[in-house]
Amino acid sequence: MTISDLKQTIPDSIKPKINWSRIEEADDFAKTVKLFRQGKYAEDSFRRYRLQHGAYGTRMTNDYAMVRIKLPAGEIYPDQIEKISQLSEQYSIGSAHFSTRENIQLHWIVLEDVSEIFRGLAEVGLTSREACGNSVRNVMCSPLSGVCPAEEFDSTPYALATARFFLRNPMAQNLPRKFKFNFTCCEKHGMVRMVDVGLIPQIRNIDGTPQRGFKIFLGGGLGNRSFVGHQLEDFTSEEDLLYTSIAVVRIFDRLGDRKNLARNRMRYLVNDMGWDKFQNLVLKERAVVRATQSVVTQLEVDKTPNVIKRPVRISNENGGEIIPDGYARWLKTNTVKQTQEDYRSVFLTLEAGDITASQLHGLSNIIRNFSSEGMARSGFEQNLALRYVHEDDLPNLYSKLIEIGLAKSGALTMTAPIGCSGTTSCNLALTNSHRLAKEIQRKFLELKLDEDDDLSDSSIKISGCPNSCAQHGIATLGFFGGGGHVGKDMYANYQMSIGGRSDGDTMLGQTLLRIPAKRIIPVILKVIEIFKANKKSDDTLKSWIHRVVNGNEDSEIKSLVDIKKILEPLVIPPTIEEDPDFYLDYGSDTSYHTKTGKGECAA
Amino acid sequence: MCCLTNLGKITTDVDTLRSEIRDKSVRVIDVRREVDYKQDHIPTAVNLPLANLLSDDSPERVLKLINSMGIDDETSVVVYDDTFGALASRVAWTLEYLGHSDVTLLETTYSHWKSLGLENDSIVPEVQTREHSMKLHPEILATSDYLENAKTRDDVILIDNRERLNFLEQHIPGAISLPYRTLASNDKILRSKEDMKRLLDNRRITGDSEIITYCGSVGTLSGLAYYALKSAGLPNAKLYARSFKEWKNLEKPTEKQKDANYWDLSAE
Ligand code: HEM
Ligand code: SF4
Repeated sequence: MTISDLKQTIPDSIKPKINWSRIEEADDFAKTVKLFRQGKYAEDSFRRYRLQHGAYGTRMTNDYAMVRIKLPAGEIYPDQIEKISQLSEQYSIGSAHFSTRENIQLHWIVLEDVSEIFRGLAEVGLTSREACGNSVRNVMCSPLSGVCPAEEFDSTPYALATARFFLRNPMAQNLPRKFKFNFTCCEKHGMVRMVDVGLIPQIRNIDGTPQRGFKIFLGGGLGNRSFVGHQLEDFTSEEDLLYTSIAVVRIFDRLGDRKNLARNRMRYLVNDMGWDKFQNLVLKERAVVRATQSVVTQLEVDKTPNVIKRPVRISNENGGEIIPDGYARWLKTNTVKQTQEDYRSVFLTLEAGDITASQLHGLSNIIRNFSSEGMARSGFEQNLALRYVHEDDLPNLYSKLIEIGLAKSGALTMTAPIGCSGTTSCNLALTNSHRLAKEIQRKFLELKLDEDDDLSDSSIKISGCPNSCAQHGIATLGFFGGGGHVGKDMYANYQMSIGGRSDGDTMLGQTLLRIPAKRIIPVILKVIEIFKANKKSDDTLKSWIHRVVNGNEDSEIKSLVDIKKILEPLVIPPTIEEDPDFYLDYGSDTSYHTKTGKGECAA
Repeated sequence: MCCLTNLGKITTDVDTLRSEIRDKSVRVIDVRREVDYKQDHIPTAVNLPLANLLSDDSPERVLKLINSMGIDDETSVVVYDDTFGALASRVAWTLEYLGHSDVTLLETTYSHWKSLGLENDSIVPEVQTREHSMKLHPEILATSDYLENAKTRDDVILIDNRERLNFLEQHIPGAISLPYRTLASNDKILRSKEDMKRLLDNRRITGDSEIITYCGSVGTLSGLAYYALKSAGLPNAKLYARSFKEWKNLEKPTEKQKDANYWDLSAE
C-alpha cells in the first residue's frame, strides 16, 4: 500500500465553468520583472505592463505590489477560496481583502513573487489580468442576480459573457482610462448609474413574445468629480447588448481624453460633449458595429441553469435543537429571502473587507456544506454572500460561522461601513480610512445599532482621499480624508457628505462639513440622535435625510444648515496639550502628517 | 554506504520511511512535546522535544543526547514534527552541526501522516546507547558577530523567514522577506525542487551568494529555510540560530517599513 491508496475524502467541490487564467502569463511576468530589475525595461512601460496584469504599486515602496484578483460576476468557488487562503499566507500578510468591485486583493506582495501568485491562481482558473490599468475592469453583477425577488431575469450569464468577450481582447488593452461594467438584478440592488456602463435586465413584450433585454446607463461614475449615468434608450435587446458594448468602448477609445489624466474617464467625455450628442453617436456607432462585425462575434451566453442541490449533511451535530445566542439578530441583519422558496442568501459581515487565511479556509468548507449552488458571490460592500442556503440549515450554518469568527451581525445594515485601503497600503492616502471603518463597525455593533430598522437602509463609506475608491459620494453618510491643523499641529480630518444614494433616485451626497477623524463616531451618533428626535413614524434615516437634502422636511430641521449648526461644536479641535490623542490618526501612535507617493490611478 | 545514498537528500518520503522502519535501518526522532509523543507516534521513534534540546544545546550535551538515542556516525536519522517541519529542521540542523551528515526530514507532518491512516503506536522503544564522534561544522552557523560583518559584503544574502507583517514592522537591515509558509506546498513541508528553484531564482537568491537565514527566536522557521535552500541546490547556507530575539537583545540596529499602517489591513 502506498500513500496514494489512502487519499482523504474531501467533500465534493463544484468546479468553475470558466477558466479565466493563462499560465504563460506567470512565466512572462517573472521574466519581465527580471528584465526590469536589470534595468532592461523602462520604468513607464513596466508600470503599464504590471497594471495590465493586475498588480498595483504599494505605499512608499517599489518592492511590494498589491495583486487584485478578479471575480467576474462575483462568482467564487470553494477551491478558489482555499487557494487564495494559501496564497495569502505564503506571499501576503495572512489576510485577503474583498473590495467593492468583486475583486479580492492581496497586499504587500514582494514584486518578485507576483508571478508565483499568478501560477497559484491559474491552478484554480482565476486571473488578475486587466484588474488594473486602462482596460475593461472586472465585470460586476449583483450578488442577488438569480435570486432577487424583484428581478425580471438573471443577468449573471450576460455578465460572465461580457467579461469573457473583453478579457485579453485587443480592442480593450489600451483605452484612455479604466472602463467598468456593472450588471444588476433590479433598481434597488446595484450601482448602474455610477459606472461607465450599467445594466438592468428587463423583459419586453415585442409582438406578443417576451424578449430579454436591458436598460443601459452610460457615463456615470464617482471620483474627484462624479456624474450620474444616462439611460441610452428604453430597451436594448439581448442581441444588441454586445453591439452596444463594443460601440461604447470604441467611441471611448477614439474620443476619450488621453492627455489630461484627471479628466479621462468616459463620464468627462459624455459631459463635455453633452448627453444628446453622445447618445446619438453611440446609436450610430452601434449601427456600424452591427453592420460590420463578423457573425461569429457573439457573446457566449451560457444559459444552462446552475445545478441546485442541497448538500448532504455529513452529520448534524447540534440536531437543530440548540440555537446559539445572537441567531435571531444575525438572521435579521445578514440574510435575505430568495425568490426560490425555502432558500435564503446569507451575507457575511467582514471588517472593511478583510478576512484571514484561516477564515477563508474554513469558509471554503462551509460553502461546500451549505450552499446548494456550491459557490459564493462577492458583493458591492466588501463582503460575500452564500446563496441557496436552505432555511432548515441556517442555525447550523450560524454555528459554523461562529466557529471561524464570521458570524458577526449587521452585514446588510449601516453598521458595516466601507473603508478603502487608505494609509494601510495606498500611495495616495491621506488618512487611515480602513481602520476608521473598522472602529465604527466595532462601536456600532456594540451599541446594537444593526438591530435598529431605522438605520438599516443607510450606508457609511469612507475614502482615504478625494479619489472615492470607497464610493463615499453615494453613501448616506460619506467621508473622504484630508489633513487639518491647529498652528503647526496636524490631524486627520474628513470631509463629510450626506444623502448620497445609488438606487433609482441616484444622487451624490451634499457636502456638510469637515470632521476630525477622532470625532467621526460622536458626530454620526449625533446625526442619529437628531434624526430620532425629528423623524416621522415610518421614516428611516435614509428617507429622512433625503427629505432634508431636498428641502422637503418640515420639522425643526429644515435644511443641512440646521444639521451643520448642531454638529459644529463637536468638531472644534482641542489643543495638542488638552488632547494629544486627537492628533493621532487611528492605528497610529506617532504624530499625524500627510505623506503621499506617486499615484497609479491614471496609469 | 548509507551516507552515500543519502548524500544531498533533504527529505525522506513517507513510503521510504515506512520501509526503512520495517528494515530497522533508521532512527526516527519525534521532536514534539512529550505528552503528544506518549499518546502516539511513528513506530520505533524516540522523543526529543525541541525545548529539551534547546534548554542546553552546548555540543557536549547534544552529543550525550545523540548517544542516548542510539545514534552513531553511521546511523541514518529521520526527524519529524507537527509544526510544518520547522522544529524538526532545527533538530536536524543541530545534528548536522555536530558532524552527523545522514539526517533527513520526514517530507510531511505527523498530522498528515496520521490523516493518511498510516501506522502509529505508543510504544517507547528500548534504545542501546551508542558512541558518536564530535566534528563541529561551524560553517553552517552564523553568530551575531559573524552576521554583523557579513552583512556588509555584496555576496551575502540575509533572509528573514518570519511572517510578512512582522518583517514590515521590524527586521535586520538589508534582510529580504521570505515567510516560512512560502517554502511549503500542500501536504509537504518543502515544495518540489523545481518549484523551490524557480521561487528563489525569481528572488535572485542564487548559488553565487552565501545565504544566512533567521527568524523570530530560536532558528526553527529559518532552520526550515536552511533546508529549503539546500533542497534547491544552494548548499552555501548558514543558520543564524539565535535569530532576531538575540539581535534585539543585543540592541543591534533594526529597520522598519515606514509611513504605512499595514497592521490595520490584517483581519486578526
Ligand atoms: C487618482 C487615483 C485614483 C482614482 C481617481 C480612483 C478612483 C476609484 C473609484 C472611483 C473607485 C470606485 C469603485 C467603482 O468604480 O465603483 C475605485 C475603486 C478602488 N480603488 Fe481607486 N482610484 C485611484 C487610485 C487608487 C489607488 C492608488 C489604489 C490603491 C492601490 C486604489 C484602490 C482602489 C480599490 C481597492 C478600489 C475598490 C474597487 C475595486 O476592486 O476595483 N485606487 N477607485
Ligand atoms: S480613495 Fe484615495 S486613499 Fe482610498 S484607495 Fe483610493 S486613492 Fe487610495
